[in-house]
Amino acid sequence: MQAECVYEKIDRKLMTKPFLFFLLVLLASTVVIAIRFAKGLGFVSNMSDGYPWGIWITYDVVVGTAFGCGGYALAILIYILNKREFTPLIRSALLTSALGYSLAGFSVVVDLGRYWNMYGLLLPTRWNLSSVLLEVALCIMAYTLVLWVEFLPTFAERFGIDVKKLEKVTMVAVILGLILPTMHQSSLGSLHLISTVKLSPLWHSSFLPLLFLVSVVLMGYGMTAVESLLSSYSFKRPYETHLLKKLSPYMIYLGFGWLILRFLDLIFFEKMKYLFSDSFLSVMFFLEVFLFLVPSVLFWSDRQNLTPRRIFIYSFLYVLGGTLYRFNVYLVAWSPGDNWVYFPSFMETLITLGIVSLEVLIYLVIVKKFPVLPATQGVK
Amino acid sequence: MSRWLKSGPVGEELSRRDFLKICTIVTATLGLPYTMVGKIEAAVKSKQRPPVIWLHFQECTGCTETLLRVSKPDVGKLILELISLDYHETLMAAAGHQAEEVLTQMVSKNEGKYICVVEGSVPLKEGGIYCKIGGKKAVDILKEVGGRSKAIVAVGNCASFGGVQSVDPNPTGATGVYKIIKDKPVINIPGCPPNAYNILSTLMYVLTFSKIPKLDKYNRPKFAYGRLIHSHCPRRAHFDSGRFAEKFGDEGHRQGWCLYKLGCKGPVTYANCPTTNFNEEDVWPISIGHPCVGCTEPKVGFHIPVMERVQPLEITPPAGYPPIKTKEGKVSAGGIALASGAVGAALGAAAMAASKLPDKEDEES
Repeated sequence: MQAECVYEKIDRKLMTKPFLFFLLVLLASTVVIAIRFAKGLGFVSNMSDGYPWGIWITYDVVVGTAFGCGGYALAILIYILNKREFTPLIRSALLTSALGYSLAGFSVVVDLGRYWNMYGLLLPTRWNLSSVLLEVALCIMAYTLVLWVEFLPTFAERFGIDVKKLEKVTMVAVILGLILPTMHQSSLGSLHLISTVKLSPLWHSSFLPLLFLVSVVLMGYGMTAVESLLSSYSFKRPYETHLLKKLSPYMIYLGFGWLILRFLDLIFFEKMKYLFSDSFLSVMFFLEVFLFLVPSVLFWSDRQNLTPRRIFIYSFLYVLGGTLYRFNVYLVAWSPGDNWVYFPSFMETLITLGIVSLEVLIYLVIVKKFPVLPATQGVK
Repeated sequence: MSRWLKSGPVGEELSRRDFLKICTIVTATLGLPYTMVGKIEAAVKSKQRPPVIWLHFQECTGCTETLLRVSKPDVGKLILELISLDYHETLMAAAGHQAEEVLTQMVSKNEGKYICVVEGSVPLKEGGIYCKIGGKKAVDILKEVGGRSKAIVAVGNCASFGGVQSVDPNPTGATGVYKIIKDKPVINIPGCPPNAYNILSTLMYVLTFSKIPKLDKYNRPKFAYGRLIHSHCPRRAHFDSGRFAEKFGDEGHRQGWCLYKLGCKGPVTYANCPTTNFNEEDVWPISIGHPCVGCTEPKVGFHIPVMERVQPLEITPPAGYPPIKTKEGKVSAGGIALASGAVGAALGAAAMAASKLPDKEDEES
């Protein structure tokens, strides 16, 4: 399926200055991860009985997998809406997805207090079938596997294996890859359906699963655009502006669609009165709304003359908006009681930064050693 | 008394079971450890029962009456087996000169060994002429009998602080014993009447340990008068919640709410009434819906009108209540620095990248 497009590896030096920087962060973080397993969660993190999850779940898992939804978002376009012209973007998007999901899984291992009980996830006898979290865990595990299978042709190509032989496997993977994220990305919103009193009414909504799903697709496109532009810039390759321009209408639809859903919920459930009730949360709410509204309006008004810079800024704002929305639901507007405070500790943040660094490092290695990015001469 | 009459003739042998019961009650009232029961038992068992001489001056005999109402031990066992009550105007069969003869004999026979219990205040005005027994002035009897005793126990508010007779203008100059006798230890057991077990326990303590229990500034034993009634009041929860009886017979009064607004002196009165029940039942003013009158205090009972509100002595509890919500979780400066640094760096890098990206359409670099 992916043979419609030709990809190439970026034949460049691996050890660049940024690479070394990320390596350094990773090393520091590895030390902290070792401390976490030696001394326990309480030693490295600021998580408490009130805030049983912190930045690892919020950023590395919830936001991290959302960043990694480029593959899913593009797959919808390519395989469901049959927009084959986006195929050149798919491999790098899949790579980002696979990395995002794998490292989210790793974060969970770091985050779980009793990680040694994790094998229970593989034993159906131990499943709690009414748990949304079980669904999320199983789905993410399965989808991580699926992503790597989807990405398999890239490795196969590198080692000279006939990609055609893999097609049957990847076909199944693609189908699963469309179903699984739909399930668990909306479930990440469903998780907070039970936070009826802990989550601010501005965020708590029966639309949570839908809002999470819509914004994750938007973030997927945004991330794909950001990543494509950044790699074009840093690897000095032609910008894929023509493709990204075609992507922009979908982002506009989703951006406005998300806003409409967001306000429909507020109006329909008579929650508009909370808009100005809490100065801090109100600011967070409007910031979040503007991060969806501004790029949508600008994309629309600039639709005739979109440049790489503008696409980058608008897409980045979308990604930022989706990130803020997730942070708001998981940490900022979520409160176990006004006597509880949480802010990630130094070591906690360092682990997150280390995981981000690891993601960047693996990305750099793979795009430089395997054919991921579309060939400069061979587009279509 | 009635129980004593039913239980058999005076002087019937005290069963070991009853005897131990008494010792245990006394030990508990004194707030002594259980191991002390044996010591008290040994002291009480000794052949030498402590001689007690009980003097009555300006009083109503209410204190004696309350002692008579105790059933564990009943008064027969008390005066015949536990102590040697050698002189008690209400209880002794003798009268007139015969009775006074006994007093003189007992005082000389047990000089320095007996405990002198005083009930009633001593008038001092005009040389103390307002109370005479057998032609002798109360103050002289007190000085003679009390002065030759081992210790004096002033029972009731009258003997302790002057009582109702000392109310302004105090026509007889009624005075508490401890203001008159300075060279002997005087233990005050105020109350109108005091709880019988406080009297009994104090006597047993002196008998067992041959010393005076710890006293407060008004010579009251701390084991009985160490805490405010308010601190252990069964209606305290209503006080704390602001539920007050406003009038006798109103809804709050019938519901058993706090009697503070009706003039209860519990917040300024030190006594163990809420914890050591009167008359072996829970029968004391607050329990039956009447405000405490402060009868164990020198300046409250009979001095502040019964229905007058008082300023509680301990408005705030001695130790602060723990807050309902305590601050939980932590925020560290290093964490804020690193997180904001990372977010700042990411946004900065994005801004940098945006500025480097061409702002021209379809530029191929």
